[in-house]
Amino acid sequence: MGLGSFAKSEGGRAATLLAPPFLYALALLALPILAVVLFSFWTQDFMTIDTQFTLANYREFFDKPIYGVLLGRSLMVSGIVTLVTVLLAYPVAYFLSFHVPSHRKSLWLFLITIPFWTSYLIRVFLWKVILGYNGVINSGLVGAGIIDEPLSFILYNVNAVIITLAHAFAPFAILPIFVALEKIDRSLIEASRDLGETRLTTFFRVTLPLSMPGLVAAVLIVFIPTIGDYVTPELMGGAGGKLIANMIQTQFLQLNNAPMGAAIAMVAMVCVTAIALVFVALNRRWLRGRG
Amino acid sequence: MRGAPLRVYTILYLLFLYAPIALLPLFAFNDATIIAFPLSGFTTHWFTDLVANAALRQAVGNSLFIAAMTAIFATLLGLCAARAGAMARFPGKGGIIGFVMLPLVLPEIIVAVSLLIVLRQVLGLNLNNWTVISAHVLICTPFSIAILNGAFQNLDPSIEEAAMDLGESRFSAFRLVTLPLVMPGIISSMLIAFTISLDEFIIAFFLTGANPTMPVYIWGLLRFPAQLPVIMALGTILVALSVTLLIIAELFRRRGLARAGIKDTGGFL
Repeated sequence: MGLGSFAKSEGGRAATLLAPPFLYALALLALPILAVVLFSFWTQDFMTIDTQFTLANYREFFDKPIYGVLLGRSLMVSGIVTLVTVLLAYPVAYFLSFHVPSHRKSLWLFLITIPFWTSYLIRVFLWKVILGYNGVINSGLVGAGIIDEPLSFILYNVNAVIITLAHAFAPFAILPIFVALEKIDRSLIEASRDLGETRLTTFFRVTLPLSMPGLVAAVLIVFIPTIGDYVTPELMGGAGGKLIANMIQTQFLQLNNAPMGAAIAMVAMVCVTAIALVFVALNRRWLRGRG
Repeated sequence: MRGAPLRVYTILYLLFLYAPIALLPLFAFNDATIIAFPLSGFTTHWFTDLVANAALRQAVGNSLFIAAMTAIFATLLGLCAARAGAMARFPGKGGIIGFVMLPLVLPEIIVAVSLLIVLRQVLGLNLNNWTVISAHVLICTPFSIAILNGAFQNLDPSIEEAAMDLGESRFSAFRLVTLPLVMPGIISSMLIAFTISLDEFIIAFFLTGANPTMPVYIWGLLRFPAQLPVIMALGTILVALSVTLLIIAELFRRRGLARAGIKDTGGFL
């Protein structure tokens, strides 16, 4: 097949059309990530980069306990945020899919997405206003006479980071679960009920397994980006709530040590990818075990 | 009624989602520098301060320019990918589309540091609005593709074939027949990309040059409590603006579905 006939075939035209977005992602995503990998094996002394291959950055990562602590805390916070967000979101998605009449569904989805198209920074800051020492919750509870002293465990620690992130990622959990629930053939649920299953066992044996793809997508779409957020831990976390992304940011923008920052970013990315892959694999096995 | 507990739960959840946003207008019109209860009185002078702030005006201008450019380029790239996605398969097509969609599940800080390394250390370029635009196009393209995929998959390919049978060239058939049909998708893709770019901070903070974008400027202000009510005023305007843009995008999306003769099944994404 010559080049001319390739360009005329539909597959060929599709390939030509796909070339610009592909080349763009290659140049601005794949190559830069390759550069991060390279940099993580180099060292930097003030402004000059030493391109001698070395494992020094990785050695420092594993020798100094601070990095491990931050990474561990990051993974834990992301894990808890994912669990909380997905568990809270599932009933909402279920309600939208099974109990809202179809002509009202877009209105409900619209209501859910509106708060998230407003400035992220301002939203995080407002959580500070809600959770703070003189904040909405504390002044409300003190005013109502429920507590005497303002609660201090809800701001400037890991709890505050978790609450804020669980709020920020809510629609990312609701939408994929909703889409998966919408795809379920309703006659399967009726069949299960006709065959004598209760509403509860039908949910666990039919609806939940069938909605698994959406649940998995929700978990990944919440878990992975939360690792890379440095805004919420910086504003809400206080001294003990800093996460690995804050360290990456500090290395790049304050300590001017790009190679060390690159090494931390690499370790974090490998951990996140590994956890995501294990999760997907476990889920596949569980579904196969049932089917 | 069945599902009543679920309905109550969903409404409580919506209250949780709207809690921070509901506070915005309260403090934007509150006559006190400290953002806390009780409220002291009504004022609009935070809004006049806002208009008088030249640095903020410049930051908003930068962000609008970046968001507009991002909307155009991300939608163009998304258009290519979505159109290709609706056409015949070829080896590796699924993999390539998956790769282009990758920024959707990549931590933003990874995108930020990798581009910073290439632009500053490898290419030695100065950071400016275009470095931010290049990164925003990268993260907005997957959203554009997702929206435009819907538009193209709803399209009956025989309409374009009919135009070509009637003597139009391939390009003019696309321009005269397909383009008007997917136009609502294009507009909602541009609005979504615009909104994402306007609000993006994590990447912009790394790649912004001497002129900060609006979120980067807000980030700076968050450390000076005296300026906070002005930010509340700005936030109120932004909320009103985003809601308006989203309503327009949603209307266009519905009109597109109506044009293609398809029943409405859901919202964005």
